Amino acid sequence: MQLTLWTYEGPPHVGAMRIATAMQGLHYVLHSPQGDTYADLLFTMIERRDQRPPVTYTTFQARDLGGDTAQLLQSAVLAAYERHQPQAMLVGASCTAELLQDDPGGLAQALNLPVPVVALELPAYQRKENWGAAETFYRLVRTLAAPGNRVQPAADRRPRCNLLGATALGFRHRDDVCEITRLLGRLGIDINVTAPFGATPADLARLGAADFNVVLYPEIARPAAEWLEKTFSQPWTRTIPIGIAATRAFIAEVAELAQVSADEVLAGAPSRLPWYSRSVDSNYLTGKRVFIFGDATHAIAAARIATDELGFTVVGLGSYSREHAREVREAAARHGLEALITDDYLAVEAAVTELQPELVLGTQMERHIAKRLRIPCAVISAPIHVQDFPARYAPQMGWEGANVIFDTWVQPLMMGLEEHLLTMFRGDHEFHDEAAPSHLGATPVASVTPVPTPPAAATAAGAGAGAGVSWSDEAERELGKIPFFVRGKARRNTESYAAQRQLSLVTLETLYDAKAHFAR
Amino acid sequence: MSVERGQRAVFCGLTGIVWLHRKIQGAFFLVVGSRTCAHLIQSAAGVMIFAEPRFATAIIEERDLAGMSDANAELDRVVARLLEGRSDIKLLFLVGSCPSEVIKLDLSRAAQRLSARFAPTVRVLNYSGSGIETTFTQGEDACLASLVPTLPADEQPGLLVVGSLADVVEAQLQRLLVQMGIPSVQFLPPRHAERLPGIGSHTRYLLAQPFLADTARALEERGARRIAAPMPYGAEGTTFWLEAAAEAFAVDRRRLEELIAAPRQRAQRAVAAHRSLLAGKRVFFFPDSQLEVPLARFLTRELSMVAVEIATPYLHRGHLDRELALLPPGSRIIEGPGVDAQLDRCRAEQPDLVVCGMGLANPLEAEGLATKWSIELMFAPIQGYEQAGDLAELFARPLVRRTRLAV
Repeated sequence: MQLTLWTYEGPPHVGAMRIATAMQGLHYVLHSPQGDTYADLLFTMIERRDQRPPVTYTTFQARDLGGDTAQLLQSAVLAAYERHQPQAMLVGASCTAELLQDDPGGLAQALNLPVPVVALELPAYQRKENWGAAETFYRLVRTLAAPGNRVQPAADRRPRCNLLGATALGFRHRDDVCEITRLLGRLGIDINVTAPFGATPADLARLGAADFNVVLYPEIARPAAEWLEKTFSQPWTRTIPIGIAATRAFIAEVAELAQVSADEVLAGAPSRLPWYSRSVDSNYLTGKRVFIFGDATHAIAAARIATDELGFTVVGLGSYSREHAREVREAAARHGLEALITDDYLAVEAAVTELQPELVLGTQMERHIAKRLRIPCAVISAPIHVQDFPARYAPQMGWEGANVIFDTWVQPLMMGLEEHLLTMFRGDHEFHDEAAPSHLGATPVASVTPVPTPPAAATAAGAGAGAGVSWSDEAERELGKIPFFVRGKARRNTESYAAQRQLSLVTLETLYDAKAHFAR
Repeated sequence: MSVERGQRAVFCGLTGIVWLHRKIQGAFFLVVGSRTCAHLIQSAAGVMIFAEPRFATAIIEERDLAGMSDANAELDRVVARLLEGRSDIKLLFLVGSCPSEVIKLDLSRAAQRLSARFAPTVRVLNYSGSGIETTFTQGEDACLASLVPTLPADEQPGLLVVGSLADVVEAQLQRLLVQMGIPSVQFLPPRHAERLPGIGSHTRYLLAQPFLADTARALEERGARRIAAPMPYGAEGTTFWLEAAAEAFAVDRRRLEELIAAPRQRAQRAVAAHRSLLAGKRVFFFPDSQLEVPLARFLTRELSMVAVEIATPYLHRGHLDRELALLPPGSRIIEGPGVDAQLDRCRAEQPDLVVCGMGLANPLEAEGLATKWSIELMFAPIQGYEQAGDLAELFARPLVRRTRLAV
C-alpha cells in the first residue's frame, strides 16, 4: 500500500478515456462501479468540453456482484452500440471490475458487433494514466491501421506525416497541434492524420499512408510509433519542439525525413524569445534559481530552455513519469543534478522547501507548493487545472510556444528595474514592504496582512527550520530592510547558518556572515 | 412515482470526505482504495489543498492483491506512518472503497486493532464510501452512522440536530433553538472530533439533511427518537422545521412566533426578490444528492416554479413523508438512475433550468439548457432563514446570467 495525499496521474482507464474523448466516432464501455463516472467532469469541467466523454459505465452495484455482472456488461455494450453507432469500440475494466475478472473484452467480442471492438487490459494496480493512454492508443492503432495501406512513392506529391500523441485533457495539446501543423505546412509537409486528437477510427486505418510520424508526446505515442515503424517502415521524430533550439533541431530532423529544405523556415525563425532574452532588462534573469518538476517531456524541455535560453540556474529537476526516468536522469546529469523521480507529492514539497528556488516550474501540485512557500511559479505540465486551458492561443511548441514560455515564466518574477526601485524607495507608500509587483495588479499581500507584524511575532512565525535560533533586535531590523520577496530566504539561510555553527543568537554580524557564506 | 434502472452518473460516497474533512476538526479520513479513489477525491474537491490535508488514500497495489504482503500489515504500516508527526489527528476514519469491499478487506477489525494500538490519543473508526454500496451523500450517512455508537451516553432530555451544516448555519439554528428554551441543543457531526454530543433515550433528533437513513437507524438503536419535519430550506421549510422542534419540546407557540417573526419575514423578503424571475419557470432534477425532493418543494412552493421531473438516487419515503405531501399533486418523481433515458426526457422537456452533476452541466449548456450544478448545494450554506435568499439566488443566477450575456 502506498500512502498518497495527492496523485500526479489518474488510473490507467482515465488515460484510455483521454484517448477516447480526443477521438470522434469511437465509444468506450468501461466495466466499473458508479463512482468512476466522476471522470466525466475532468473533461466537462476542467477542459470545458461541450460534450460528455464517449464513455458508458456499467455502474454495477454490490447487489449485482452475487448475480451476473458479465450480463450487465454485455447489455451495456449492446445498448451503447445501438445508441451511439460508433465506428469502433473500446471495452475494458476499471480497478474494481478488474478484481471481478469478468473478461470484458472477451464478452464484448462474443457479441459479434459489426464494428471492431478493441479489448483493453490496463492493470490498475500497477500502472497509471499516461501508460493507460499510451497502451490504448497503441491497441487502437494496431487493430485499425490497415496493413494494405502502404506508402506510395513521393515523386508526384508533397511529403506527408502523421502527427501523433495529442489527447483530451493534455497540457496545451490543442494549440501545439495547430502550431506544429502550421510549421510543417511551411516546410511543405502535409499532415496525413492527426491522432488521437480529432481522429476517427477510419482515420487510424489510413495511418500507413504517411511517409513518417511526428511524435509530439512520447509518453502517449511512443509505443504506437514504434509499432508503425516496424509495420510500415515509418521513421519517427525524436526531437520535441519545445524551446528555440529544440524547434530548430526538430525542423532539421523533419526536413531530413521529408527530404525538403529547412533553410527558409530556419532563416525566418519568427520568435521573440531570443531577442527578449538578450535585451538588457533580462539581465535580472541571470542565474535565477529554478526548480522543475513535471512529466518527462515537459520537464526535460523546461530544464534546457531555462538554462540555455533564459540564463537561469536549474537547482532541481524531476518527474513523476517513472516510465521515462532514464531520460530525466540523463537530463539532470547534464545540469549536474540528481533527478528527483517520484510520484510522492510530499517528497517534491520537501525538495522545494529545502532548495528555496526563486522560481518553480511544475504542475498544479507544485503551483500549490509554491503558493504556500510564496515562490513564483508557472505551470509547465499536467496534471493541470481549468486555468491551464486558456481561451487564447497558447502553445508550448514551436516559435509561438517559445514566446508563450518566455511570457509565462518571466511574468511571475519581479521585474528587474522594479526590484531596484523597490529597494531604493522602500520608504514610499507605493513601495512599502508588503507591496506586490505592480504588474500583478492589486496588492493581495497587503490586503491579507494589513497590520504590520511586530518583530518578535515575526521571528516566531518565520522560524521553523531554524527553531531555537533567536534574533537580536538590531539584526531583526536589518532583516526588515531586505526586500520582502527575498527576506524569507535570507531569514532561513541565516538561521541555518547559525544553527550549523551552534549560534543561538543571530546578530548583525551573523546576518552578514551568512550573506557572504551563501553569496553565489 | 416510479423506479428506474440504468447507467448511473453520480459520485460515490467517498465524495462526502470533501466537505466532512472541513467540518470535523481533528478528524482524518484515510481511504483504503485504488488510485481511482485518490483521483476522484482530488478531482471532486476541485482544489488541491493549501493547508495540511486531512484526507489521504492508502492505495492498494499489486502485491497487496497477490498476497505477497499481508494487506492488514500494510495498512497498519501506512496508518503508523500517517500518525507519526500528525498530533492534530484525534479521530481517524478508515474509509472502505469498491476495491477494498471486493477483496473483502475487513476494515472494522482493522479499526478495532488500530484503535487499541493508538488509544487513547487516536480513535479509529471505519465506514464504507464505496460506489458499490453508497451514492454521493450516502457517504456522509455512513460516516455519521459509524460515529453514533461512540457517542457518550446522556439521559438528559435534549435535541440533536443531525447532518453537516456550514458553521454559520449551525450557529444561527442553535441560537434560535436555544432561545426557544430547548434544554440542550447539540449537533452531529460535531465541529471537533473530541467534542462528541451525548445521546440517550430522552434525546430527540431532527434531521438537517435528507439522506441520513443509516444514521437515523443507529440513533434509534441508542434510544433517540426522530422529530419528523421537512428540511429547513426557505422561509417555509425553516419554519416547519423549527415548529417541529418546538412541538417536540412543548415550546410555547407565542414564544416561538416572537422568535421567528423577524427572521422569517427577512427570509420571505429575500426569497421574494427572486420570484418574478423564477415563477413559472420549469425545473428538471437529475438524480444526485438526495436533496432533490426538498429542493423541489422549496422551488415550487416558495418561488412558484414548476418541477417537470424530480429524479433522486434514493427516495427515503419515511424521512421524506412530509416533504412529499407538500409537493404539487402528480409530480413526476423518479427514484434511481438511467442517465441516457433521463437525458432524452430532459431534451424533450426543454426545461428552463436543469439541476445536475458536474459531468452533465457543460454538455447541457452547450445544447442551450441552463444548468445549476448540484454539488454546490452541498458546499454552500443553504439552510435556515438567513440563507433562504441565497438558496433562491443559486437557482436564479444561471437565468440572470443568460439575460446579461450578449455573446
